[in-house]
Amino acid sequence: MFSTGLRIWNYGVRLQLFYTVTGEMNMSKPIKVLIAKPGLDGHDVGAKLVCRALKDAGMEVIYTGLRQSPRAIADAALEEDVDAVGLSILSGAHVPLCRKLQDEMAKRKIENKIWFVGGNIPRPDFQVLKDMGVNGIFPTGSTFEQLVDFLKEKVKK
Amino acid sequence: MSDPKNDVDPLFWESGLEIKPVYSEDDLEESGGSAGISEPGEYPYTRGIHPMMYRKRPWTMRQYSGFGTAAETHERFLYLIKHGQTGLNVAFDLPTQVGLDSDDEMAEGEVGRVGMAVDTLADMEEAFRDIDLNKITVSLTINGSAIVIMAMYFAMARKRGFDLASLRGTSQNDILKEFIGRGTWIFPVEPSIRLIGDTMEFCARNVPYYSPVSVCGYHIRESGANPVQEMAYGLAIARAYIDHALERCLDIDSVAAGITFNFDIHGNLWEQVCKFRAGRRLWAKILKEQYGATNRRALSLRMIAGGGGGGLTVQQPENNIVRGAYYALASALSGTQTMALCSYDEAYTIPSEHAARLSLRTMQILMHEIGLCDTVDPLAGSYFIESMTNEMEKKMVQIIKDLDAAGGIVKGVAEGEVQAAVNRQAYELEKRIQTGEFKKVGVNCFMEEEEERDMEFHPYREEEAVEQIGRLEKIKKERDAKAVDSALEKVRKSAGSGENLMPDIIDAVEAYATVGEICGVMKDVFGTYKEPVRF
Repeated sequence: MFSTGLRIWNYGVRLQLFYTVTGEMNMSKPIKVLIAKPGLDGHDVGAKLVCRALKDAGMEVIYTGLRQSPRAIADAALEEDVDAVGLSILSGAHVPLCRKLQDEMAKRKIENKIWFVGGNIPRPDFQVLKDMGVNGIFPTGSTFEQLVDFLKEKVKK
Repeated sequence: MSDPKNDVDPLFWESGLEIKPVYSEDDLEESGGSAGISEPGEYPYTRGIHPMMYRKRPWTMRQYSGFGTAAETHERFLYLIKHGQTGLNVAFDLPTQVGLDSDDEMAEGEVGRVGMAVDTLADMEEAFRDIDLNKITVSLTINGSAIVIMAMYFAMARKRGFDLASLRGTSQNDILKEFIGRGTWIFPVEPSIRLIGDTMEFCARNVPYYSPVSVCGYHIRESGANPVQEMAYGLAIARAYIDHALERCLDIDSVAAGITFNFDIHGNLWEQVCKFRAGRRLWAKILKEQYGATNRRALSLRMIAGGGGGGLTVQQPENNIVRGAYYALASALSGTQTMALCSYDEAYTIPSEHAARLSLRTMQILMHEIGLCDTVDPLAGSYFIESMTNEMEKKMVQIIKDLDAAGGIVKGVAEGEVQAAVNRQAYELEKRIQTGEFKKVGVNCFMEEEEERDMEFHPYREEEAVEQIGRLEKIKKERDAKAVDSALEKVRKSAGSGENLMPDIIDAVEAYATVGEICGVMKDVFGTYKEPVRF
C-alpha cells in the first residue's frame, strides 16, 4: 500500500507530510512529481492548483515553495527521485530559467527526467523550450486533464 | 397559480449569497433597511466619500507601467502623461521587489523584466526627471523592499526641491497580502510589519499628505478569494497595521488617513458594486466604533479599483477589451477614486503601448461619453443594490469575526492558514471553470479553434540588464565608500534597536547605498521569511 499526497520541500529542509490521501489503491507506485517555482516570481496560485489537481489524480506531489534556484530544484529532483519535474513561471523568465535547470540536471546526470513548464509561456517560445528538451508545455488556459494525461503517458510505470 | 419565482433556478454569487429574481421594499427592510445609506460624503460613506464625487473630481486614471531601465520607464511615463494619464503607477522588476541588486546571481534573467530596475537613488532620479511631482500623483507598487524605495522617492523629491510636508502619493507597502499572494516578501512576518510601522510613523510625522500603505484586497482576490473575502481580509489587514502604528503613540486620525486601498474588479457587475458600497460603510464603522476616529479623511475608504487580471483570458484575447470596459464601468459605479485597467494582452505579456493606450481610452470614454460622472452613486436606492449591500456587509462582518476568533489575520497569515483557505477556494473555482459549471466565454463556452496569430510580445533585452549592471558598477566606484559603510552600519544598529529605520535608510540611499545592500543588512538582523506552505 502506498500513500499519495503532497509534501513541501523547502529551502533544503524536508517538512512534514501535511496532506495525505490514500487515493486509488493501485499495486503500482504512484507517479511522483516535483512542482517547482524557480526564480523570483511570486505568483504561486497556478503551481498550488496543479499540486492539488495531481494529488487528486492519485499522484505523489512535492512542492518546493517560492524562489528556488535551478540548482536547488535539480537537487530536489535527484534526492527525491521524482518521475517528473514541473516548473511554474509567470514572470517571462522561462527561457533563461529552463536553460539553467537543463544544465543543472545534466550535471547530475538526470537530464532524461521528464520535465514540463507551465505559466505565461508565449507561443513563439515553445520551440525554444522544446529544443532544450522540455517534454511538455502548459501555457495559461491549459486544463488539469491535459497535464494528468501527459504525465500518465510519459511516465510509464 | 404557482408563484413564478419558484420556476427559476436558484442563483448564487461567487461570495455565496443567493440572488432573488425580484427585489422589493420588503427585501430591503428584511436585509436591514436603508438606515446605512446616508448622503454622499457623509458617514458611513456608503454612497461615496465626497459629496459631489465625480461631478467635482472625476477618478484618476493611473495605469501600471514600468519596465527595463529607469531611462526606458521614463519614456513610457512621458508617453502616458502626454496621452492624458493623470497619475503614475510604477512597476518595479522582481529583483528590486525582493531587495536584490541587478548583479545578484538570483536576479539573472529578471533584471528590468516585469518592471523598472532600481539599484540606487540614481535610477529613481532618472525615472522621474522633469516630471512635476506636485501635478502627477505617483504610486509605487512595492512591498518587501518598500521602506528602501520610499526612502529613495522621498530623497529624490527633496533633492529636486519638493517639500515633503506637501508631497502627495501612495506606496503599496502591504506586506501581509504578499504573504497571501504575489510573494515578494523578504523578512519574517513580525519585522515586516514593523517596517510598515516605521514608514507609517515617518509619514504621519513628516509627509502627512502621503499615503504610505495601500492595502490590497486585489491580490488576495487574484489568489482565489471571493469578493466578500477580498474586502474582509483587506479591512482586517488594514486594522492590523493600524493596531501596530497606534503602539507608536500616533493618533488614529493621522494613521488611518495614511491608508488607502487597492481592490480588484472582475466577475459579477452587481456583486462588485455592492462589495464596494458595503466595504466603504463597514470601514467607516470600524474606524468610528472600534477606534474612535473622527477625521473625515480617516473614516473614508479611499481606493484604486480596477485591474481585473483574474477575469481576463488568453483565449480570444480581444474579448478582454470588452471585459475591461465592464470592469471600468463597475469601478465607476462603485465610486472609486482611482482606476487602473489591465490591458487585453496582459494574460500573456506585459502590455504593449497600443494595448495600454486602449485601456486608457476605455476609461476616458466612460468618463467623457457615457455619463458616468453625471450624478453621484446612481445605483443608490435600488431595492436590489441596497439589500445586497446590506447582505454583503453582514458577510464581511462575519468573516472578520471568525478571523479574530481564530487569533487574527497576522497569526492566520504567519501560519499559512489564510493562504490555504484562499488556495482551496481557487481550486474549487478552477474545477468549476474546467467542467463548464462556471461560465467563461471563450474558455468553456463559445470556444473557437484559434489559429496562430501574430501577437505583439513585450521584448526582453539582455543588453538592458548588462547596461543596468554597468551603471550600478560605475556608481559603486564613484560613490564615497566610507559614507556608504557608515550609513549601512547605522541602518544595522537601528534595525536591531527598534529605532525608526526610515531616517537612516534615507541617509543610506543619499550616499548611494544599493537596495541589495540595505536589504542585506536588514536580512542579517531580521532573517528571512520561511513559507509555511499548507494545503
